[in-house]
Amino acid sequence: MSEHHFTIDDLKRILFEGAGADESAALGGDILDTDFENLGYDSLALLETGGRIEREYGITLDDEVLNDNRTPRALVEAVNDNLRRVAGG
Amino acid sequence: MARRVVITGVGVLAPGGLGVRDFWSLLSQGRTATRRITRFDPSPFRSQVAAEIDFVPAAHGLDPQESERMGRAAQFGVVAAREALADSGVAQTLAPQRTGVVMGTAGGAVAGLDAAYRSMSDERRLADVDPAHAPPWLYDHFVPSSFATEVAWAVGAEGPSAVIANGCTAGIDAVAHAVELIRENSADVMVAGATDAPITPVVMAAFDAVRATTTHNDEPTTASRPFDDSRDGFVLGEGAAVFVLEELHHARSRGAHVYAEVAGHASRSNAFHMTGLHPEGRELAEAVRAALHEARLDPRDLDYVNAHGSGTKLNDLHETQAYKLALGEHAHRVPVSSVKSMIGHAMGSVGAIEIAASVLAMEHHVVPPTANLHVPGPGCDLDYVPRVAREQRTDAVLTVGSGFGGFQSAMVLTRHDRSAP
Amino acid sequence: MSAGAVITGIGVLAPSGTGVKEFWDTTLIGKNMIGPVTRFDASAHQARLAGEIRGFDPAEHLPVRLVRQTDRMTQLALAAADQALADSGVRLETVPAHQRGVVTAVASGGSEFAQNELRKMGGAGGGHLSAYASFAWFPAVNSGQISVRNDLRGPAGALAGDHAAGLDALGQAGRRIRGGARLIVAGGVDAPVCSWAWAAHLSTGLLSTGRDPERAYLPFDAAARGHVLGEGGALMTVEDETAARARGAHTLYGRIAGHASTLDPRPGSGREPGLRRAAALALADAGCRPADVDVVFADAAGTPRADREEAEAITRLFGLRGVPVTAPKAAIGRLSSGGAPVDVVTALLAMRDGRIPATPQVEPVLTYGLDLVTGRSRTASVRTALVLARGHGGFNAALVLRAVD
Repeated sequence: MSEHHFTIDDLKRILFEGAGADESAALGGDILDTDFENLGYDSLALLETGGRIEREYGITLDDEVLNDNRTPRALVEAVNDNLRRVAGG
Repeated sequence: MARRVVITGVGVLAPGGLGVRDFWSLLSQGRTATRRITRFDPSPFRSQVAAEIDFVPAAHGLDPQESERMGRAAQFGVVAAREALADSGVAQTLAPQRTGVVMGTAGGAVAGLDAAYRSMSDERRLADVDPAHAPPWLYDHFVPSSFATEVAWAVGAEGPSAVIANGCTAGIDAVAHAVELIRENSADVMVAGATDAPITPVVMAAFDAVRATTTHNDEPTTASRPFDDSRDGFVLGEGAAVFVLEELHHARSRGAHVYAEVAGHASRSNAFHMTGLHPEGRELAEAVRAALHEARLDPRDLDYVNAHGSGTKLNDLHETQAYKLALGEHAHRVPVSSVKSMIGHAMGSVGAIEIAASVLAMEHHVVPPTANLHVPGPGCDLDYVPRVAREQRTDAVLTVGSGFGGFQSAMVLTRHDRSAP
Repeated sequence: MSAGAVITGIGVLAPSGTGVKEFWDTTLIGKNMIGPVTRFDASAHQARLAGEIRGFDPAEHLPVRLVRQTDRMTQLALAAADQALADSGVRLETVPAHQRGVVTAVASGGSEFAQNELRKMGGAGGGHLSAYASFAWFPAVNSGQISVRNDLRGPAGALAGDHAAGLDALGQAGRRIRGGARLIVAGGVDAPVCSWAWAAHLSTGLLSTGRDPERAYLPFDAAARGHVLGEGGALMTVEDETAARARGAHTLYGRIAGHASTLDPRPGSGREPGLRRAAALALADAGCRPADVDVVFADAAGTPRADREEAEAITRLFGLRGVPVTAPKAAIGRLSSGGAPVDVVTALLAMRDGRIPATPQVEPVLTYGLDLVTGRSRTASVRTALVLARGHGGFNAALVLRAVD
């Protein structure tokens, strides 16, 4: 399996496609360590984002991945962990 | 003088059996009707468990043409309505123009619509559907209002009729609407309840996407675990419950058996989130308070709380919190149980099915249990009647519903001959 | 004790205009707004004309987050609710939280959203649906989203009754006000111009297959051949009259004075349909006689049979040519669950301005015995209006509106 790597830009794109962005263009700035809640993404937006990541990358994200990773940096890392496991397994 | 409204007929079609007798036997014995889905191959889905009804339309006198036109949910509604009408014995004295129908539903005829969509879209290949492949019954399935029409035709009603489509509180709210219509003298008799048949691939997929349904796929018969520490989502159910509601004097004058009086109802919205719940349970508590107020009851008068108890992490905490807010100390004394532990969550119709459970609890003085409850989850610290039904005097019951869109409803049922407070 | 339910704010998005002014100006001149379907390729369908709302950009009205999770029906409804609340001038925070609610009419739900999600089903994954699929097309979605957006924490509900439910929603709002609510956003908005809803409506055989926009929908005309379907609707701010006066509401458009609904006898019974009875019961509920009614807004289904039935109901109540009757919807089509609320708006504006808009393009069948307002709008004092609506499956609803002194 080819090496997938999930980047912050992938996450921003998927967030925008699935849940949109505010007029403040919050996604344009440095958001890596800002809580999703503060970026205006609620539980539903994260479920939509998680679903889109699963679909696009052919992986399954546990509930905990979406519940526990509250910042873009944490979620990107968690998705990459998952991708590595898929590639390795 | 205020017109009082009583329940004089009950019809139920729920998982685990057909009719009121089977339904009560399941609940009072604490058996569960959840299982691995058989109506289609569930293996592609995250959640693969549901509470299905083994239903054969022809066994209920529905001819193939009728069955096709109605679809599964309308069939459930009509069968339950016939049972309620027969149970009430009101048919002989029914005045069509003073008799109306209110049916509740959350999802409408979703199974038929998906089947129609598949054939009209060349198995989902076409972006726009081809009308040439539309089945003749398409519009009857497209508009859930057909549920009220079918029931009205079945019972011969021509009075005020509607479908209440308030999502998962639709069952409670439909019965409440019928009560309002009798109280305001728009009708003397209402045939009211709710029906839903959501166990379809598309609904499973929709709830998969919000991770609302259980993943206890390896333990299907114990998958629905309201208030338990191991709960992880609801189990989809299906079915219908329909009631004959009458103005009290109308019922008395014909010597009808009165199950209960619908003494109070209220609905509130938490205006918070389409799928989430406000953690404090504020609006559900307010609905409970308002329903008790209308019933002129004190929280201490309640003998039993028939909970929404869907078995999602969020709901069961939200609900527990709401009872503490609305009932005070009595929240810790009154038995609270969820029949969804046994029959799953039938969406809009479940509110009506739970009214039936409440009415039967009063009839038998038995409180149905919360099955599969072994270790209550953190924060779930009420008396949830774990696993075994309880015999006790049951004269006043609160039943509640909560649904997507933020809708919260509460209804209070009492003995109609209770002494005036 | 409540003094009754009054309408203090109007939100309308219809093919004839978005907002009260544009809508009313277009309605008064009777400009035909029916045209070829543009929202999808309708060439496979026998009915190819629609009343569409042009130039509505949801992003101008709603945050993009909300646009992503809503069907067009809900986007239009949220915009209509915003208008209705703004028009009323009410400051919502002054209304107790649990005494402000919402009730909407619905025919089916968010059809276009449903269509797009149904298409994603199948395959090895069973179908990866959007996280919004669990609510974006369910029938209660408009009420839920309006409640969330406007912090309406009182009673919320959705009523289905095909084209008739819009009047039931307003009747329900009146009931809620009598029951102690202070403010209810009520009405209905629909958006059936997508191939899925279109095919469903077409399957009833009640849609006009005419190709000439001026001649396709001609209710009460000898050339009547069904109706043209349109999109849009109206939501209104309904308030307790005492509370509305106490806060100094600037416009009391009218009072919801009476409402009733009935169901037709089962087909084949040979007995009279329920429309006349609904109208008579609504008048009785309002405490008025037929002679008090200044105008009737007809359901105007536009098939010879339904038109004849409606004309019989009206003439049996009011006598031959006994009351002005109009159906301005002939210019925009029938808007499913949104249509009757638009008729209510038209009735309220007719009251305000003393002008009854005409039924454009129609030459009524004389034997129907209706005083149909045709050609140009008619100047008349309108103090009491009766609005009628019927829906598939035998639903009949009637609403009586009265001017507020």
